[in-house]
Amino acid sequence: MLARLKPHAVPLALFAALALAPLLGFGAGHSLSLLARAIILALSAIGLAVLVGGAGLVSLGHAACMGVGAYAVVMLDAARITDALVVFPVAILAGGLFALLTGAVAIRTSGVNFIMITLAFGQMAFFTAASLSAYGGDDGYTFYGRTSLFGTRLLEDRWFFHYALLLLLLGAWYGGRRLLASRFGRVLRAARENPLRTQALGFSPYPYQLLAYTLAGALGGLAGALLANATEFVAPSFIAWQRSGDLLFMVILGGLGQLHGAILGALAFVLLEEYLAELTPHWRLIFGPLLVLVALYLKGGLLSLPGLLRRG
Amino acid sequence: MLRVQNLAAGYGQSQVLFNISLAVPAGQVVALLGRNGMGKTTTLRAIMGLLPAMGGQVLGGQVTCWGNSLLGLPPHRVARHGLGLVPEGRQVFPTLSVRENLTATARPGRWTLDRVHALFPRLAERSASPGARLSGGEQQMLAIGRALMTNPDLLILDEATEGLAPLVRADIWAVLARLKAEGLAILLIDKNLEAVMRLADHLVIVEKGRSVWTGTPEALAAAPEMREAYLHV
Repeated sequence: MLARLKPHAVPLALFAALALAPLLGFGAGHSLSLLARAIILALSAIGLAVLVGGAGLVSLGHAACMGVGAYAVVMLDAARITDALVVFPVAILAGGLFALLTGAVAIRTSGVNFIMITLAFGQMAFFTAASLSAYGGDDGYTFYGRTSLFGTRLLEDRWFFHYALLLLLLGAWYGGRRLLASRFGRVLRAARENPLRTQALGFSPYPYQLLAYTLAGALGGLAGALLANATEFVAPSFIAWQRSGDLLFMVILGGLGQLHGAILGALAFVLLEEYLAELTPHWRLIFGPLLVLVALYLKGGLLSLPGLLRRG
Repeated sequence: MLRVQNLAAGYGQSQVLFNISLAVPAGQVVALLGRNGMGKTTTLRAIMGLLPAMGGQVLGGQVTCWGNSLLGLPPHRVARHGLGLVPEGRQVFPTLSVRENLTATARPGRWTLDRVHALFPRLAERSASPGARLSGGEQQMLAIGRALMTNPDLLILDEATEGLAPLVRADIWAVLARLKAEGLAILLIDKNLEAVMRLADHLVIVEKGRSVWTGTPEALAAAPEMREAYLHV
């Protein structure tokens, strides 16, 4: 039993730490908000990790899917629809649909062109959101309350919200792992290694990549709707391309080799950002070089750190 | 089964193939012979529809499999007509495990994981190793196994024994003989004339982008001037 669990030691430890965090001094309002933000970004980063690590699709527009999910909550709220059973499915579908439509074009390209096209679609979403004056335009939209769950205000309970997020994260991580290990995932990874070879063996990568892109977008939509609930506020800045860059960095910071790298990366990113910002207002001067160092010396991301230390 | 007629192709401004004609009947082995740079690999790429992705294009001629035209189809559609390519340089998927390499692009048919493992017991032993960790010979076995798992009617091999140790080479030839005995059609390029003469039913000599001679191994053995002129042996 123990031997079977060993390969999963790191993700299990991560989930255990997140589950115990509220009981171990992270139970105060501010800490829980911070953790909620980290878990939601981790959720989104897992989708991006499937794309980057699994399919080799480096998207610089992933935040747009989150933005679409977040604005779905805004638009429904403005129409006084706040039932979770409506809001979350709509956000997921909206994120997936956005990814399907933009991906259908973007996946026809590869490499730098793919990055540019996803960036362009992301910017289109950003400027569209900024022009939605009915929903606050540039200033954003503030909610009066969170999405209701079965007619209750359970999502406003920070502890409930924390464990609900954790459960979703666990589901996304497990689902992503299963997806990459499946036949679908094998074709996806083969196409990342050598698209022409995969084609010569009878499989066009395009539909596989598009479906992966759509699923990642749907997960992004869910994360966006959750983020809207966590902050009770949505603004175009949620969609800014810097947010896409942050997500990409979380994925690479944690390590592309395994999906829980995205969780580790998101946690490290958010906590470091918070900690450094408390130290000094010029925290970006420290944060930037740190990221450069990781990119230079930790090729496998934080996941490769233990092995590196063991070897000295 | 596979028929190539008057095929012409090139990369950009430079034409490589001028007039290639060959036929692979069902269950038979056909070998392309010729010196380096004469257009053998380009012929296989043209058949598989791989030229456009490599900056080339087919300029004329016909390629049909069971009567269906293959020209202009993307590679994955060509492969679905029953062609399984073992490419030059093997090109296994480096980060996928041996098992994943075999199963990722598998199609249902008589070739299953068990049968490929029986053909190459070495692949069964290394099932969990990433493709990049295999020796050259093991990678070659994997490339052949991967193509068999797509259950092709015709196996196409580009220099399948190049750069391998003599013992491994002999293994591969033995496997190809087994596949032929099972009735699989094979189209191959190889420099080892002796082994090719033993295995092939028909030989096609390619010279400067043209198929200049077609015949049986016996006919080639009886025509030393052909071997002198085109193969330099």
